[in-house]
Amino acid sequence: MDSATSERAAVPSTARPSLASTADNGLKIVIVGGFGVGKTTMVRSVSEIRPLNTEETMTRAGEGIDELADLDGLRRKTSTTVAFDFGRISLDARSVLYLFGAPGQERFWFLWDRLFSGTLGAVVLVDTRRLADSWYAIDRLEHHGTPFIVACNDFGGPVHTEEQIREALDISPDVPLVECDARDRSSSKYVLITLVEYLHGLSARRLAEAAGAAAPETAVEAGS
Amino acid sequence: MSRPGRDDSPDRLYTLTQGRSRSDTDTFDLVTLVVAESDPSPGMQSEHAAILRMCRSPTAVVEIAAELGLPGSIVRIMLADLLDTGRISARHPRTERAADRLPDPDILEQVLVGLRNL
Repeated sequence: MDSATSERAAVPSTARPSLASTADNGLKIVIVGGFGVGKTTMVRSVSEIRPLNTEETMTRAGEGIDELADLDGLRRKTSTTVAFDFGRISLDARSVLYLFGAPGQERFWFLWDRLFSGTLGAVVLVDTRRLADSWYAIDRLEHHGTPFIVACNDFGGPVHTEEQIREALDISPDVPLVECDARDRSSSKYVLITLVEYLHGLSARRLAEAAGAAAPETAVEAGS
Repeated sequence: MSRPGRDDSPDRLYTLTQGRSRSDTDTFDLVTLVVAESDPSPGMQSEHAAILRMCRSPTAVVEIAAELGLPGSIVRIMLADLLDTGRISARHPRTERAADRLPDPDILEQVLVGLRNL
């Protein structure tokens, strides 16, 4: 006989597909961009789960305030909350790539080190009609030393040349710049592949440099 | 639909973690994969039981937080309790830095293979 009532709500109908039992390595890529630029759309187009949303809060004791300020209880605390979307891609039996769509606004960057240390790299998603919206994100990624590429989501606005966009964003010629349609799975996939190929090139080059630089050059910098 | 965590009073969140607002929770990355090592037991805090059910297969910390509708900081504290009592195990991300913050080329090659096969 069925029980007429159930206290416990059924598992939400989202029914996320489970990861393989062998999954043991989570990887992160962050997609940064302003509101409405298509971050969630891009996550959705390649994710194996419907994008989920979560939030993180961090209470920061006033930084740079010395211990004395603590004694009278005046130490200021600020609480920062950011919400972000994410999706995931199972890469193989052991590796799972999580894609985070993150707002580029100021408070988000307080949480960067705690949440996104260990991130492989970032995609800065831009709307070419609002290039200035991306300046802050690019500045912060450079500050954190996180490698990134720029992907221009096609909103059918006026066409800019690559040079115009590079100049407006003030990015180095080495940073890949691609066009995409965030709604399209293969286009979003191409963006991610471009990022990871770029990271691979950087990483391989640094390793080679590290191996080759074991010898001279030190004298040049030492002179003062 | 109300969303726990966002609209709840802070008191409830405080109760969930037995009054702690932080603990040694930095061990849990957003993408640490959590695996249940036991079934929920009767009388267990319902959120703990929910975590154990959810983690019958590996589940990332961030997915647990989203599913429970609770802030990540609260979830990490609960996970630390479950880890301490041996009810879960944690598979931490391996993103060794090969050089100067950049990931190992071997890991990146694996990622590329996975992405191309999508």
